Amino acid sequence: MANITVWEATLDSRSALAIEASGLVKAFGATRAVDGVDLAVPTGSVYGFLGPNGAGKTTTIRMLATLLRPDAGTARVLGHDIVAEADAVRGRIALTGQYASVDEDLTGRENLVLLARLLGLPRTAARSRADELLGAFGLAEVAGRQVNTYSGGMRRRLDIAASIVVTPELLFLDEPTTGLDPHSRNQVWDIIRAFVASGTTVLLTTQYLEEADQLADRIAVIDHGKVIAEGTPGQLKTSIGTGALQVRLDDPGQRRQAERLLSHALDVPVRLESDPAALSARVTDADRVALALAELSRVGVTVTQFALGQPSLDEVFLALIGHPADEHATSKETAA
Amino acid sequence: MSTTPTTSTLDAPLRAALSSHPRPPRPGALAASRTFAWRALLKLKHVPEQLIDVTGLPIIFTLGFTYLFGGALAGSTREYLQFLLPGTLAMTVVLVTTYSGVTLNTDLTKGVFDRFRSLPIWRPAPILGALLGDIGRYLLAAIIVLVLGLVLGYRPDGGVAGLMAAVGLVLGFAFGLSWVWTTLGLVLRAPSAVNNLSLLVLFPLTLASNIFVDPATMPGWLQAFIDVNPISHLVTATRGLMAGTATAGQVGWVLAAAALLTAIFAPLTMRLYRDR
Repeated sequence: MANITVWEATLDSRSALAIEASGLVKAFGATRAVDGVDLAVPTGSVYGFLGPNGAGKTTTIRMLATLLRPDAGTARVLGHDIVAEADAVRGRIALTGQYASVDEDLTGRENLVLLARLLGLPRTAARSRADELLGAFGLAEVAGRQVNTYSGGMRRRLDIAASIVVTPELLFLDEPTTGLDPHSRNQVWDIIRAFVASGTTVLLTTQYLEEADQLADRIAVIDHGKVIAEGTPGQLKTSIGTGALQVRLDDPGQRRQAERLLSHALDVPVRLESDPAALSARVTDADRVALALAELSRVGVTVTQFALGQPSLDEVFLALIGHPADEHATSKETAA
Repeated sequence: MSTTPTTSTLDAPLRAALSSHPRPPRPGALAASRTFAWRALLKLKHVPEQLIDVTGLPIIFTLGFTYLFGGALAGSTREYLQFLLPGTLAMTVVLVTTYSGVTLNTDLTKGVFDRFRSLPIWRPAPILGALLGDIGRYLLAAIIVLVLGLVLGYRPDGGVAGLMAAVGLVLGFAFGLSWVWTTLGLVLRAPSAVNNLSLLVLFPLTLASNIFVDPATMPGWLQAFIDVNPISHLVTATRGLMAGTATAGQVGWVLAAAALLTAIFAPLTMRLYRDR
């Protein structure tokens, strides 16, 4: 009896993590695209992988999805080793790659039927599942058209549909909204949100803090192949500040005075922009902004414009590592 | 897991589509390969441009050689056609095999191959399936040559059975040969490199063979090459089958060559594919 309890406890602690990686390394020539990544992704969560182009996001996903063998380190996906038990991993995951992982020459419907057949659905079941997904994803009207005539948003939706023909336990989404217009992006976000509500674990990569913030329960920030910060979106934002306050004055002559007042009221350094009437500051506390602006108005400094934005990826990087996100080794990553 | 507010605002079809769909048992090796063969045929349907080479080459070869050289080489075009047609049949199909390597090379650069590789299916299925689909392409090229030949006046002494056996033999050899090009397709970087290199290999092999003329008039060293050239053996056996005079040795040699090519290059292709 005692033995069984112990066994169950081990199983539980193992299944609590959908992804467990330690020291993953992948080099392409002299470039270490992934340079010792550790990950612990809880089952049932949405985990965001945030970083610039070439940071190693795609290479990490390709290793976890068994497409690339790591040079060093180990990882278990849903309890299975990604190298020794690659086939077991493949039987539980689905991958939506950064570059449309659908066949551009085939129609949308043929793509989904193809996937359904490869996953083992009988012919008629494959067709009806394809039609169900096409209808649900707003693709019924273009179902018979070749994918190379699709818009970016349609292509992405088809790509995600192809990943959930059968429900995976873990879904990899590599930059699901890069290059999409805001409307298409919102559609994709809605689909992802609805899908995670069903309990599937999602690992998504993105270049946008806003996207990670909108969708992810936890975020890992990755740069030069290393995880440089990890936590909930709230924790990350607290550590980097609320965002940037942009202020534009009516009279550039009052800028020095405004700088003094703002830096005092906000208690952070204020930056003078190249526009002679503009200032900006990274703020940690949104409440103080209102007071600072009121102070400007009280002493007669006229503000024509102000905005308080989400920190951009650049600002996140600036705060975390002291340099803005640069695009490096992009060719290496895409060549992988 | 609790339902988020967003879900409740989504329409019912989306919710139904997103609800859990359990995984059926994975398909067998044959079923997965057949599905990939279906994909190759769908591509033929959607991208008919790729058939231009397949249909153009045999027509040009058959017409060109028959009417340009027929009178000079055999006295009359009709007589030359009897000699030439089995050769153009073999040559056309052999040249068409190069597209298998080019197609694979192009395919691998597409994102969809990442998805195939992340599926729990028999590993060789995408490549084997593509080659099985290509046999459809080879068959089409063979039929064009035969129909054109029959229209021009070719009459096989081996009858329908001889024709079918000859086509079967050529397709079998082409299948073995196409593994060489898939290997190249995995080694070389660009589709054009695959195309150029495979034509560079095939062009001398088809030219220095017994396709166009009887090698009896050629210098000894060339005859020696033609005697070991696998294309010559293929053409001899094809000619024999179509004329109803083939020996078991002639046919057996070709089948053995196809088996040998497959035995060497199929595992090599799969190893390269796996390590990619």
